Amino acid sequence: MVHNPFKDAASGKTLSAAPTPSDYLKDSIFRSFAYFCALSIILLVAYIVFELGSQALPAIKAHGLGFITGTTWDTNKGEFGVLPEIWGTLYSSLLALLIGGVLGVAIAIFLTQGFVHAKIEVIFRTIIELLAAIPSVVYGLWGIYVLIPLLRPVALWLHENLGWFPLFSTELSGPGLAPAALVLAIMILPTVAAISADAFRRIPYKVKEAAYGMGATKWEVILKVMLPTASSGILAGLVLGFGRALGETMALAMLIGNMNDISISLFAPANTLASLLASTFPEAGQIEIQALMYASLVLLVITFIVNVAGLAVQQYTMRKFEGKK
Amino acid sequence: MNMQSEMGEFIAKKYEPKGPVVLDCHVKNIYYGDFRAVRDTTIPIEKNKVTGFIGPSGCGKSTVLRSMNRMNDLIESFRFEGHIQYHNHDIYSKKVDAVIVRRYIGMVFQLPNPFSMSIYDNVAFGLRLNGFKGDEEEMVVKALKRAAIWNDVKDKLKNSGLSLSGGQQQRLCIARAIATEPDVLLMDEPCSALDPIATRQIEELMVELKQHYSVALVTHNMQQATRVADVTAFLGVDISNGGRTGYLVEMDDTKKIFEDPQQLLTKQYVRGEFS
Repeated sequence: MVHNPFKDAASGKTLSAAPTPSDYLKDSIFRSFAYFCALSIILLVAYIVFELGSQALPAIKAHGLGFITGTTWDTNKGEFGVLPEIWGTLYSSLLALLIGGVLGVAIAIFLTQGFVHAKIEVIFRTIIELLAAIPSVVYGLWGIYVLIPLLRPVALWLHENLGWFPLFSTELSGPGLAPAALVLAIMILPTVAAISADAFRRIPYKVKEAAYGMGATKWEVILKVMLPTASSGILAGLVLGFGRALGETMALAMLIGNMNDISISLFAPANTLASLLASTFPEAGQIEIQALMYASLVLLVITFIVNVAGLAVQQYTMRKFEGKK
Repeated sequence: MNMQSEMGEFIAKKYEPKGPVVLDCHVKNIYYGDFRAVRDTTIPIEKNKVTGFIGPSGCGKSTVLRSMNRMNDLIESFRFEGHIQYHNHDIYSKKVDAVIVRRYIGMVFQLPNPFSMSIYDNVAFGLRLNGFKGDEEEMVVKALKRAAIWNDVKDKLKNSGLSLSGGQQQRLCIARAIATEPDVLLMDEPCSALDPIATRQIEELMVELKQHYSVALVTHNMQQATRVADVTAFLGVDISNGGRTGYLVEMDDTKKIFEDPQQLLTKQYVRGEFS
């Protein structure tokens, strides 16, 4: 029975009553369920890390940190190094973040700052969300059959005329970094655009009013007031987009060329950790699988570092712009 | 003695300004879509005076004030009939850009709305916008001092404007508005979200500000009008014909409005018989 000292003390007419025992039961069931869900996520992540780690352990013992600085992947010699893959992963993801980030934020501004009518905004939003629903293998095929043929003449012209510039120092012979990064950019675009648009929509009307009230033009309002105000939300979108780019597998395995080279050139073939895993796993022997487990552990660590760094930057902007502790 | 429009609607007796007029506001009609929000309201804003706007809620006092620097242009359905002369130039003329109007006629809003940037940058915002070339820091400090917030923020100019309390934020917004020394300052119930101490400070500030600027002040607080306004306009609501249209009932020196109003409606309102 619920202890209610007020029941007899209050005037007889009151309709107030204590929660019933079943109310309390529901309350505690719901609370335990929420705790369980939260805890299970942590356990799941810990389990994955543990499982990966124990399977990678022989490789970690065998190769040590040389695995990270090594540049050859040769099963016959038993030499394994993932520096080219780390380079390719970071390079392609950063390029994608640059292109997709700028486009995504621009689209978010276009959709939320009164450039288009509400009905057209809905159409645009649906199209962008549709981009997120396209399977990555379709992106890969599109890249092979549409994007690479389109890019080739451009890349050729750039290489012939601006070949002295390190970014254009090789020819695009087919798959390579440029098509991979462009497709990645399109793939992270919906994430960046949707989260940035939400950040812009969350800005109270009074902020916009204040900016216009100061006599700012539309562009000054957007660039000097709305953008800094939305910055922590935009950063969250960029971090999520970057995370997605780091881990993207199928489209990259199809487009990046799978070459263990480190090159600054946009048109050179390269490789990423995720696509290395995807393309090597099916035919790998026991020793190589252990090395691949080590590689996936490296990818996990990179993703973790990126997320933590993103969070730190976001906290910093929140403190700086919004005065939150 | 009162005029009537051709439709037989009441039109207030014209207030004869005693000094030079900065902003001569002649509203014929203001519409939001089909809704007629304000009609027949003529309010001259005199130089170096505080002109108060009082009236029951829904009487259109904020609407009229926001028309004076074309803030209402942000609302798509807004339509203005009449003219507002700023130094003999109609601010609603097709050739005039609303952005320029707002640079000369500043505004302080009902709710404090500092930008999410540092206190210093908030105040310097208008200076940078207007391409100010002189000593920026000096102007920022001057504006903060004039807005009576310098002592609160002098050690933390780099902190976010949003880290301040509500009353401090509103004074920061006033500093931001006066940093560029706009000719006219429009204040839309600037104290409605503030506690009595902050209100007092801002009222003192208004009296101080009118030495440099001309101030138009909307307030729902009649005591505030008697404390700071030199001239007061009383607006009423016309609910005949199923509408809710605000109009000017009476405008005169504040003392006259509160002690010897000529209109019955004004008398009832200042006595607190309705609000």
